[in-house]
Amino acid sequence: MFDNLPLWPARASTTAGSVDALYIFLVALSLFVSVAIFTMICIFALRYRRRKGREAEQIEGSTILELTWSAIPLAIFLFIFAWGAVVYFKERTPPRGATQIYVVAKQWMWKLQHEEGQREINELHVPVGRDVEMIMTSQDVIHSFYVPAFRIKQDVLPGRYTTLWFHATRSGTYHLFCAEYCGTQHSGMIGQVVVLEPAQYEAWLSGGLASGSLASNGQNIFQQLGCVTCHRSDTQGRGPNLVGLFGKRVQLEDGRTVIADENYVRESILNPSAKIVSGFKPIMPVFQGLVSEEQLNALIAYIKSLNQPPAGAAATPSLVSPSTKPQEPKE
Amino acid sequence: MATAAFGHEREHYLNKEYGIRSWLLTTDHKRIALLYLVSITFFFFIGGFLALLIRLELLTPAGDLVQADTYNKLFTMHGQIMVFFFLIPSIPAVLGNFLVPLMIGAKDLAFPRINLLSWYLYILGGILMLHVLLTGGVDTGWTFYTPFSTAFSNTKVIEAGVAIFINGFSSILTGLNFVVTIHRMRAPGMTFSRLPLFIWAHYATSIIQLLGTPVLAITLLLVVFERAFNLGIFDPNRGGDPLLFQHLFWFYSHPAVYIMILPAMAVESEVVACFARKRIFGYNFVAMSSIAIAVFGFLVWAHHMFVAGISLYSALIFSILSYLVAVPSAIKVFNWTATMYKGSVSFTTPMLYAFGFIGLFTMGGLTGLFLAALGLDVHVTDTYFVIAHFHYIMVGGAVMGYLGGLHFWWPKISGRMYPEAWGRLAALLVFIGFNLTFFPQFILGYLGMPRRYWQYPPEFQVLNVLSTAGSTILAVGYLLPMVYFLWSMRYGKIADANPWGAAGLEWMTSSPPPTFNFDETPEVTWEAYNYEHIPAAAEVPVER
Repeated sequence: MFDNLPLWPARASTTAGSVDALYIFLVALSLFVSVAIFTMICIFALRYRRRKGREAEQIEGSTILELTWSAIPLAIFLFIFAWGAVVYFKERTPPRGATQIYVVAKQWMWKLQHEEGQREINELHVPVGRDVEMIMTSQDVIHSFYVPAFRIKQDVLPGRYTTLWFHATRSGTYHLFCAEYCGTQHSGMIGQVVVLEPAQYEAWLSGGLASGSLASNGQNIFQQLGCVTCHRSDTQGRGPNLVGLFGKRVQLEDGRTVIADENYVRESILNPSAKIVSGFKPIMPVFQGLVSEEQLNALIAYIKSLNQPPAGAAATPSLVSPSTKPQEPKE
Repeated sequence: MATAAFGHEREHYLNKEYGIRSWLLTTDHKRIALLYLVSITFFFFIGGFLALLIRLELLTPAGDLVQADTYNKLFTMHGQIMVFFFLIPSIPAVLGNFLVPLMIGAKDLAFPRINLLSWYLYILGGILMLHVLLTGGVDTGWTFYTPFSTAFSNTKVIEAGVAIFINGFSSILTGLNFVVTIHRMRAPGMTFSRLPLFIWAHYATSIIQLLGTPVLAITLLLVVFERAFNLGIFDPNRGGDPLLFQHLFWFYSHPAVYIMILPAMAVESEVVACFARKRIFGYNFVAMSSIAIAVFGFLVWAHHMFVAGISLYSALIFSILSYLVAVPSAIKVFNWTATMYKGSVSFTTPMLYAFGFIGLFTMGGLTGLFLAALGLDVHVTDTYFVIAHFHYIMVGGAVMGYLGGLHFWWPKISGRMYPEAWGRLAALLVFIGFNLTFFPQFILGYLGMPRRYWQYPPEFQVLNVLSTAGSTILAVGYLLPMVYFLWSMRYGKIADANPWGAAGLEWMTSSPPPTFNFDETPEVTWEAYNYEHIPAAAEVPVER
């Protein structure tokens, strides 16, 4: 294709194919409908143009025609709805066991944290052929993580996590855009997604200057902040035992139950009294303003790692923590 | 003004009184319509000028014509001025104001003073908006998304919010006036089933203005409160919820699209009927589809939020409802087309705009199907695909309708004919310029170019150059009518009462109409669009 006049975006994820298929169908349908209407208009307008001695024939309308041209479009619309919903459902449901990458967006920069400990800015390295889930939050305003070559987009909000996943199918370098207007340098909040072959990706992972995995960083923070004094790994702690907590259902003091997902853990750190676990007292101090978004991500990665049976020594939690739930952002 | 050309001219609403006071204190709906016409034209050209600057900046990939902050203010103020100070008042406040009483055989609107008040509110909001524009502008995007607007922007968000808040009341009062007028002021015999479809569509529009606009007013007030008094409503740092803002904003701003497009459909029905010389095919279905659009239009707002972080299941609901609202729009397009069948079609300027409307609105509607499809919306939302889509509806649809209507009723409004050849040329230029401007943006959007980008990757340049080129043609197409309408007020051929041979009460009184519209109150004994009883007019060319 022409370098300066591309007509089709690169197709580099499993999602891209299914989005393109729906798009092509809709383009074909639109072409058919608009050509049909334009043709009818031209035929009627020319065939029945005003001429001397010919009067218009008054026609009241036709209920059968009206019902037909309501019902047929409706049926087509419902078909498109169903197709779109299926694609969307797939886009919004991360597969189990996806590699998790944490994203912190800020004006006007993308900060990325890999589970293995690598950190990147405005550049994301991912391997071909693996499910990758992005767990995203913003430090300031709303941003939107958009990779056209993957046909995926998700707004990134302050104060909570949203997620998105993809499965890259072709190595290469692709645009990463911020798609939600976020102020002065909105159009400068761009970066690239570098999709590597698995071997290259392993080489990239081992080439960095990572100082321990994200989970082990989280464990350090967990100790520095003194979390460990109450959240003990036995039943004697003044706070709930966090081992095996993540992704489980939690019984609250007020009778509700919630799933212990990223948003729950986040809220329980920043504003612990919002949801008190049944059987515990609201004694935990508020950490709002005391931990950064990156530290929160590390803490969450650590808590997730506690679901794993200790691999080797208890002090080095395992590096990969499979997600235990098909997670979706809450309202 | 078309006055005083003859020594003993018939008295009408334009020459009854002279002087600035007689205009600024008028309660005549026709004069207020002209006040609106002048004011919204002023804002249209400001908004258009901002758009040209945007297109010039996008001629090259680098941000080189204006600063990033300036660019952000350009697209913000282009949107706010065009939406709130041109498109929303355009057809209702000008053509609706002029025609609603005439079409139902009334002397004036139900509340003439409130009608004047609504214009003053519009002007007050407009002056404040101009003040914002001239003293630094606002950079939130026309959508005011939080927490950017309440906690991060350093521009005149409060002033802009207050300007739109005040302007909203102008819209509410116009809607209120129309609803009461249509219910209470119809001439004897003018039953609901005999109403022109123009009135049906304006009735539906007024309902939206009455029920929707207060929600926008409250929302903007909450933005102002959060920004000025630090209340935590939308900003998560203060315990608020940014998505709450989006729900409230779109609860008005999606139906607002129907405030713009329903009146354009209103014009369409009148023009197509007149220049096909036929009753509109399926009158009842076209009338009811306006009401259906107004009702369903209130239930689809979250389709603007499919990637915003709403739950999967609410996205499903809003997607299916969005498809339902597409059905009544499709019904209208089919009926207009069918109206021409066995008609007697002439290609006057208003009819050319009507053809353009059907074409562009159809493309806008069809691309709406793309955006309502959840899985596809994820890719194209917040890209130029959306920009192209809503310009096809709001400019291709609403502005084509407005211009077509203005040409159609110009003889009634001014008492003069516009130059037909120039009219056709302008209609053609608008159609070509519009498509050249906005069609490339569909491709840009699918390629992934995000909206509101000051600079962009170089591979998007060729399509952007095409778009900018088109916008200059479009600008000429919009300037031409402005020139020849002004010209025609003095030099245009004198129009008789019914130069098109059109049905409708407004054509049964003289052009321009007397101050109280009809010398005696008409009594309606016929159905709308009774073209078999109306002689064809000499003005309308006959093809060989």
